Amino acid sequence: MISNPSQGAVSAMTLSEATQARFAREVAKYPAEQAQSAVMACLSIIQQEQGYVSREAELAIAAYLGIAPMAVHEVTTFYNMYNQQPVGKYKLNVCTNLPCQLRGGNEALAHLARKLGIEMGGTTADGLFTLQQCECLGACADAPVMLVNDRNMCSFMSNDKLDQLVDGLKNAEGKA
Amino acid sequence: MNAQQVIEQFRATGVQTCFHDRHINPQIYAGLNGSNWSLKDYEARGGYQALRKILGKDGGEGLTQDQVIATVKDSALRGRGGAGFPTGLKWSFMPRQFPGQKYLVCNSDEGEPGTCKDRDILMYNPHIVIEGMAIAAYAMGISVGYNYIHGEIFEVYERFEAALEEARAAGYLGNNIMGSNYSFQLHAHHGFGAYICGEETALLESLEGKKGQPRFKPPFPASFGLYGKPTTINNTETFAAVPWIIRNGGQAYLECGKPNNGGTKIFSVSGDVNRPGNYEVPMGTPFAKLLELAGGVRTGRQLKAVIPGGSSAPVLPAHIMMECTMDYDSISKAGSMLGSGAVIVMDDSRCMVESLKRLSYFYMHESCGQCTPCREGTGWLWRLVDRIHRGEGRPADMDLLDNVAENIMGRTICALGDAAAMPVRAMLKHFRPEFAAMIKSDAASTSSTTGQAA
Repeated sequence: MISNPSQGAVSAMTLSEATQARFAREVAKYPAEQAQSAVMACLSIIQQEQGYVSREAELAIAAYLGIAPMAVHEVTTFYNMYNQQPVGKYKLNVCTNLPCQLRGGNEALAHLARKLGIEMGGTTADGLFTLQQCECLGACADAPVMLVNDRNMCSFMSNDKLDQLVDGLKNAEGKA
Repeated sequence: MNAQQVIEQFRATGVQTCFHDRHINPQIYAGLNGSNWSLKDYEARGGYQALRKILGKDGGEGLTQDQVIATVKDSALRGRGGAGFPTGLKWSFMPRQFPGQKYLVCNSDEGEPGTCKDRDILMYNPHIVIEGMAIAAYAMGISVGYNYIHGEIFEVYERFEAALEEARAAGYLGNNIMGSNYSFQLHAHHGFGAYICGEETALLESLEGKKGQPRFKPPFPASFGLYGKPTTINNTETFAAVPWIIRNGGQAYLECGKPNNGGTKIFSVSGDVNRPGNYEVPMGTPFAKLLELAGGVRTGRQLKAVIPGGSSAPVLPAHIMMECTMDYDSISKAGSMLGSGAVIVMDDSRCMVESLKRLSYFYMHESCGQCTPCREGTGWLWRLVDRIHRGEGRPADMDLLDNVAENIMGRTICALGDAAAMPVRAMLKHFRPEFAAMIKSDAASTSSTTGQAA
């Protein structure tokens, strides 16, 4: 158990058997004494399951891998895609780097902001969408491009397609 | 539709970027259509014949480690990730007789703005990378490898894992491959959003489960790499070139390109063209031809400038670029670099200050913070360019920009500092009047000191 000035004492969350099985599959890729190598995969699994990486989850990963909690926290805070706070159910990351800037990346970001009624970095009041700008996704010829919840790349996102995406997701959630 | 079905409507198909039949004599992208990525399709295209050949499983005698390395040297294959280092020479640096574990690493952390070629290789032809890595590992006496894949292309990571399962089941990976005494285990590892991990030693740190902060070199990875063991790292496209070279010979590969620049190269053309996409063409293809393949400059516009090798490469104005051929030596002679082969095209409607501003923001955002000149300097560069772009620049700002850039270059552990500085210097060199025009002349009186500049 460690203390956190803003939250008081924090203890490790309990990992389900299914989660532990996913962790085990990652750990098996590396030499037995190098379980730390699996930390990035474990964090992304947690994020997929929980929506973000809590301190409780970091402690659980640290215990699972047998490494210091700070070694996990360093990774969470270094890499851009880990959510250190809860985000909307759908996190939308729009690339605005130069190749996308040349093909409407900024316009896509602005269109989503208008449509969702939030600023860049904000989350809609219903908790459905978080909108973020991001750096190069490595899909420059598909510009404008965006990621939905880290794992889904959406390509050639004209304003019409952005509308379809947002409206479609709202429909799927029964909030149209 | 459920949410996943909604999202999948917008998934890339590869039709625009890869399956467009506007490659020239492709080797890596040849015959792909998006649905023929699996093992049996790859075998039907001649896949895994090169691995059979070196192991003597095709009726021949097999190739020794030295013969494989000599063939790759003959091919003049140069690293496709950005540095252009001769691949065969790099392989010869691996201490093959080292008694402990050695590692092979594929750098698929494709995050250099403008670059999206490795994504299409891994998504639509993953086995070509597996076979290339298996051949490389054989040549260097390595038994374990990792492919570090950009975290933003998670579907590609999952595709590569599926291909690994196929290759293991078919006996192309694992213990005693095809009944030989050669064993090779290969795994996939994903990043999660850090440009710096494309730098090879940062990648190794990340693979070890740490912050991706580059290491001092020397020692080089060949002597102190992953987990402190001898390690060879090559780019995805480099490995993907290897099966063709083994099947057809080094000389044949060299003859596909031009002297010292063997083979084909995939160029990711982005920005102001009618058909952005990946184009695999022979090394030495004229830039004008590549531009034509990509549908030419956006209709109604003229070419203004090109960044020929990813965002870290110095920009070149149209008249210089149109004289270049697409190979390491020609682009280098013109004052830039071929880099990763990412060709960012800008037309005559573009403001170079605005373009540089976005790149400078990127380098500031992605500096790992380890070295002061980069951590602080990239912030200075962005704030200065931003100030000029907002019309609040001062007459001394151009010299100050140049000065900050100069003070970053060569003073950092890795090349990110140089990568941030080079675009600034090239923009000032070729487009200085644009910067000058944005700087208010009436600001002269407030520009006496640089201390409060940024």
